[in-house]
Amino acid sequence: MTETENNKILEVKNLSTYFYTDDGVVKAVDDVSFDLKKGETLGIVGETGCGKSVTALSILRLIPQPLGRIVAGEIIFEGRDLLKLGQKDLQNLRGNKISMIFQDPMTSLNPVYTVGNQVMESLIVHRKLKKDEARREGLKLLEMVGIPEFKRRFNNYPHEFSGGMRQRVMIAMAIANSPSILIADEPTTALDVTVQAQILELMDELKYKTNSSIIIITHDLGVVAKYANRVMVMYAGKPVEFSSVDNIFYKPAHPYTIGLMKSVTRLDEEKRGKLKPIEGLPPSLIDLPKFCIFRARCKYACDECKGEYPPLKEIEKDHFVSCYRGKEFMEGIIERFDN
Amino acid sequence: MENNKLLEVKNLKKYFNLRSGFLFQKFTGSVKAVDDISFFIKRGETFGLVGETGCGKTTVAKVILRLVPQTSGEATYNGVNLFKLNSKEMFKIRREIQVIFQDPYASLSPRMTVGDIINEPFEIHKIGDKRKRIKKVKELLRVVGLNPEHIHRYPHEFSGGQRQRVGVARALALTPKLLLCDEPVSALDVSVQAQILNLLTDLQKEFNLTYLFIAHDLSVVKHVSDRIGVMYLGKMVEVAKSEDLYKTPLHPYTMGLLSAIPIPDPELERKRKRIVLEGDVPSPINPPSGCSFHTRCPNAQDICSMEEPELRDYSKNGNEHLAACFFAGKPIV
Amino acid sequence: MATIKELEALEEIETGKKYSRTSLYKDAWKRLRKNKLAMLGLLIVILLILIAIFASLISPYNPIERIKEDSSLGPSIKHFFGTDLLGRDIFSRVIYGSRVSIEVGVIAVGISVVIGLFFGALSGYFGGLSDAVIMRVADIFFAFPYILGAIAIMTILGPGIVNIFIAIGILGWASIARIFRSSILTIKNKEYIEAARAMGASNNRIIMKHIFPNSFAPIIVYATMNVGTAIIVEAALSFLGIGVQPPTPAWGKMLADSMSYIDVAPWMMFFPGLAILITVLGFVLLGDGLRDAFDPKLK
Repeated sequence: MTETENNKILEVKNLSTYFYTDDGVVKAVDDVSFDLKKGETLGIVGETGCGKSVTALSILRLIPQPLGRIVAGEIIFEGRDLLKLGQKDLQNLRGNKISMIFQDPMTSLNPVYTVGNQVMESLIVHRKLKKDEARREGLKLLEMVGIPEFKRRFNNYPHEFSGGMRQRVMIAMAIANSPSILIADEPTTALDVTVQAQILELMDELKYKTNSSIIIITHDLGVVAKYANRVMVMYAGKPVEFSSVDNIFYKPAHPYTIGLMKSVTRLDEEKRGKLKPIEGLPPSLIDLPKFCIFRARCKYACDECKGEYPPLKEIEKDHFVSCYRGKEFMEGIIERFDN
Repeated sequence: MENNKLLEVKNLKKYFNLRSGFLFQKFTGSVKAVDDISFFIKRGETFGLVGETGCGKTTVAKVILRLVPQTSGEATYNGVNLFKLNSKEMFKIRREIQVIFQDPYASLSPRMTVGDIINEPFEIHKIGDKRKRIKKVKELLRVVGLNPEHIHRYPHEFSGGQRQRVGVARALALTPKLLLCDEPVSALDVSVQAQILNLLTDLQKEFNLTYLFIAHDLSVVKHVSDRIGVMYLGKMVEVAKSEDLYKTPLHPYTMGLLSAIPIPDPELERKRKRIVLEGDVPSPINPPSGCSFHTRCPNAQDICSMEEPELRDYSKNGNEHLAACFFAGKPIV
Repeated sequence: MATIKELEALEEIETGKKYSRTSLYKDAWKRLRKNKLAMLGLLIVILLILIAIFASLISPYNPIERIKEDSSLGPSIKHFFGTDLLGRDIFSRVIYGSRVSIEVGVIAVGISVVIGLFFGALSGYFGGLSDAVIMRVADIFFAFPYILGAIAIMTILGPGIVNIFIAIGILGWASIARIFRSSILTIKNKEYIEAARAMGASNNRIIMKHIFPNSFAPIIVYATMNVGTAIIVEAALSFLGIGVQPPTPAWGKMLADSMSYIDVAPWMMFFPGLAILITVLGFVLLGDGLRDAFDPKLK
């Protein structure tokens, strides 16, 4: 983590993505801003429906049409606003400079083509390689992601691969054009624990090899602790806290972040104490309150919290939080880990 | 001592036969989903069963409940072998053994109200009259932390965590003694997961329940269990007290499993050395010879592929600590 | 079976408070109401049923009464749809003809649903040999053209409306059985079925209380669509002269009788043909709408 150079590779400003459903407007992502630095791993954590996946999809403009729409914001990558790009430029970008790995390796490969074919395709499309060059490159990629007997496996179909192996193929495809940004949306949720470890280690290793940046979207705080440099915690479509991984884990300043930390079962816990879950449920994304979205579940809510939604504020260098009492939490004036 | 065991499973085997062809089917092999498993659960304790997809942990629960027939072995509940009971006797004993399922979306019938769902066990076992039943149903809703007013709502009107509470209420209706929890929290978000785990712990104290807790997440299992059994490819590879299993794992698979789970503590993770097990779990249709783990084991020697290690006691502190490995306790480098 | 609903009603009376209930059927109805074509279909079906019930009140003439001096008249104020060769009022005959169509639709499809559900349950829930045998028999029914099968059965049984019910009923079971079987197969392995079995529920109870309500939607959809088909088959059989016997007015028979005069008296054919078209359209639109309403993801 080199803090000296401030080279932002991606900057998301005030992104809002809404879904227009029969029941009303779902504000899946509402006014989200963050940046990604060169060579870092950014973790986006949160629970189901917090908007972390939609944020990722918005970057590549892969929001399901016609329900979803990016209604506001800018996504600056290499000096251009991705939201203003034409279809052609966008396609040139996807799978090339910015690529994505999805959660379910069972459905994200096309069952009627061989694995080799699918790896080659992106090389042919984006790098305009000839067929035999693409083949050579493709084999190299499969070797790189650790597929055993990759020469033989090249001509296999996806169904002949296990879940972990398919995810390796997905990674091979994603890094085929040495992207500057790799977005991984719950890349290991569908996999077994031991395979999960393999895939995460592989991604981390490749990040150093290809000098790319990673955005990893996950609900697993352990994964974030291990692999992320900076973390954005999302709740009900909004970022509630954004800082370095150490700040998030050791100096959390938002009651939701604190609640998450206390809810999780830890392998290393000394004795079987009671977990301290966050009471209640997240609000409906259709009619969000004007005041703090977490107030209803927050036991530290004060008079100020009845006012407007607290904006994301920098309470110390590179530590952003959207809570009126964030500083008190951070400095431990409000007892964090005890009730 | 003997009396202390509420459930004892001995040499349980469940093979699924694979057949092909129509009308005149041919036997083409078998999946050894559960292959010679033994364990016991003491009254009032929680026994955790962990393992990855396809290791047979769910099948164990289904066989105990007699939802699928066993191939061989026995399951002794309170002194009686469940597999020897006729259907009438089994029907009676079902009141005492209940189950909570993984998927709170699939485990509740979408066409029944929550009240009907919790009422069903009373109907099946013909307990109480209408008035008593409705009272009981409301009380159960209260016990699991739901609003009794919501008795007439349908499952789709609830969140995942609330549905799981309904599932718990249904399981509690017949005041069971043994509760089989099959991945009860793995479909839930972290904060909701904690709510359900707390609920299960509270209920255990309140109703003096015994749990068989099946899950793939070792950190969850460790949190709730007194003792843990680790399964790999239909076999039990290690059984120990929770703390012992975490502090001094003996089987290399357990070591790998423990190491694979990241701890939500960045400082600790930076220092922690990770053992990454190579490869995938082999197919249970054609399991490896000898020790079924030898294909992925960093410590494997020649003997491991030839002979099958027995589950033996390696206890040091008096607490039983079983492992099935020729080189049990040997650290992985 | 004492359901919570009964208990609820009891309590409502005792305490005077009301419970709000929403169900999947209510949700489906909400979606159906938004679907204009489906509502058109529903309107047609309801109108048709009303017409069939109140045929004697609506029709200006006795449908079998021959008015000699009015034979072969075109549409006019006196006879909206004109008259046929024998001087019968076509408007009245079309109205009465709806009775046959609706009867065939409801009763014949009812028979096929009952048979289909029985065999579907047998094959889906118990599987094994019974499944293999039933499904192969169903395949044979599928391989046989519907109309041909109906003609074959009618020639054996002889003409008449009851025999039409039987013929169409027998022919329609296979599709219902298949649908019920496949929905049982998907529902059978759901955890709530296992939960019920773990509680000690009997097979009967599981089928009636769990499987049936959960697979009802596709059966309603298919039955509705089958009504359309049944009406067409009945019309075809009557057209061929092996269906409803004269003088009972039936749309198919009216078509057959007027076929030779298509160039001189087209109205004789036009109105019963239109009636068949609108009726079948009504059921198909409704069925389509129901399918979308029950499972919006299917769209």
